Amino acid sequence: MINLSIRQLSEMLQEQQISAQELCAVYYDRCVAHNETTHALITQRQELCAAEMLQAEKGIETGQLLAGIPLAHKDLFCTRGIKTTCGSKMLAEFIPPYDATAVARLKHAGMINLAKTNMDEFAMGSSNEHSAFNPVNNPWDLSRVPGGSSGGSAAAVAARMVPVATGSDTGGSIRQPAAFCGITGIKPSYGRVSRYGMVAFASSLDQGGVMAVSADDCGLVLAAMTGHDPLDSTSAPEKPLQWKKPNDTSLKGLKVGVTQVWIDSLQDGGVKKRTLEAIEYFKQQGAEIIDINLPHADLAVSAYYVLAPAECSSNLSRFDGVRFGHQANDAHNLESLYRQSRSEGFGSEVKKRIMIGAWALSAGYYDAYYLKAQKVRRLISEDFKQAFAEVDVIACPVSPELPFKHGEKADGVSMYQADKFTIPASLAGLPCLSMPIGFSEGLPVGLQLIGGYFDEQSILSVADKYQQDHDHHLRIPEAFV
Amino acid sequence: MSINRKELEEIATLAQLNIPEDQTEEITASLNQVMGMIEHINDANTDAVEPMANPIGGQQQIRADEVTDQSHKDELLKLATHADEDHYLVPKVIE
Repeated sequence: MINLSIRQLSEMLQEQQISAQELCAVYYDRCVAHNETTHALITQRQELCAAEMLQAEKGIETGQLLAGIPLAHKDLFCTRGIKTTCGSKMLAEFIPPYDATAVARLKHAGMINLAKTNMDEFAMGSSNEHSAFNPVNNPWDLSRVPGGSSGGSAAAVAARMVPVATGSDTGGSIRQPAAFCGITGIKPSYGRVSRYGMVAFASSLDQGGVMAVSADDCGLVLAAMTGHDPLDSTSAPEKPLQWKKPNDTSLKGLKVGVTQVWIDSLQDGGVKKRTLEAIEYFKQQGAEIIDINLPHADLAVSAYYVLAPAECSSNLSRFDGVRFGHQANDAHNLESLYRQSRSEGFGSEVKKRIMIGAWALSAGYYDAYYLKAQKVRRLISEDFKQAFAEVDVIACPVSPELPFKHGEKADGVSMYQADKFTIPASLAGLPCLSMPIGFSEGLPVGLQLIGGYFDEQSILSVADKYQQDHDHHLRIPEAFV
Repeated sequence: MSINRKELEEIATLAQLNIPEDQTEEITASLNQVMGMIEHINDANTDAVEPMANPIGGQQQIRADEVTDQSHKDELLKLATHADEDHYLVPKVIE
């Protein structure tokens, strides 16, 4: 049961081999059984919402494919009446009075929300060690990190506590944890998924997406989340994504761009070997492998750590202790109320990024850093445009290394550098996914596929084809079978 | 670029944060490490390059300025730690 695809589960529901209630109970029990070891969830719903169940049952009757399928939401998607902490003490008691658009759309599709997943505080981190609610453990090795910031979603899917979860990605926060946990995760094009009701980190980069077992599962759920939303001014005026699982599965003639310099730079022999094997598979299937050049991508991490903190310092200024969120109880004037509430509510990594951002935006540094970083962003985006004039998709590593041990990267900058392969596509706003391509030392390795702007179909199709010929994505960590 | 203790205090004021005395050194070092990394953006020649604010090229979708929702005053005020029926309550601003 726990390794069935969404299409298979849906068929069982439609044919009344199982009810939505029974299916949810299977996963609910797994959430209860495995949360103590993984800490993947911050909030588990004590009882299922009757209205959601009714919507699911109606959807099953009318043949809606996602109706009755349980899921979990990353804890930065606002969920009406359910605590939304964003992994922070600042929002520890925050119960939103509304649903994020992505949540509302999946609810409308008949999906049933079982839990809210753990995450790095305000989505800032690559290890999930920056959560105010316990660090998440990687189901493949509990002494290692699951990646971040959507590490709770990734661990929950890897341990099959839910068949699918939402995530969000600003500089790699869906792709890197998907790679570390051996699951599939897609960050769509910027503007595809409404950001309304997603607690903001860096507004020009944040995108909601999906983490699931397979590319097909990701495509089905992502399609239901997409489409223009008038409540988000950066939501693209596009029709919803129509994920079509390809009938013709040949890769013949597909032009796959490869960043050979990135692969050559890999220090981890296992990650390098699996990456080369996956590219060799594409070649054997008739794809044309083309070496591409992204000359400014080396500057992506530096530019990102100006732009993302700048936007974060602006977005997080709303947390003043007055209207919502943590309020210090011994402030003697308004100024100290702001400063004490923020100092008590935010964790160290969030404070660090707010200060970097405040500095980059301050008088005297704005042109030299913020504006300069925006220009570097343009150069990186142009590099991708030139590459996509020649290729259909780009295949490259997700992370330069295997999941690391808790506490191994105490130095913040070395953690930042670990996102060097995911940040470039984020700055360009391109759709990208991570899929499992095998194991090294018993730990999962992922491959990143990047598509042209609004071409989620191509990367999902390539991943779907790969997953028809390989079963890495179906492996479940032994302790969670 | 690197900052000293005085500049850290100025940044903390901009960010509306307090820096505990015993963490000043550690935080200064940590910010300087990031600032050192950021310096690499100066390796790029960006003459005549237009800044890129976001991937959609500034084409934001603006809604008509019409009232579309009812008031959620009570629900929103409930989220505050201190509020009365109509207001958020904060410490006295004017002595």
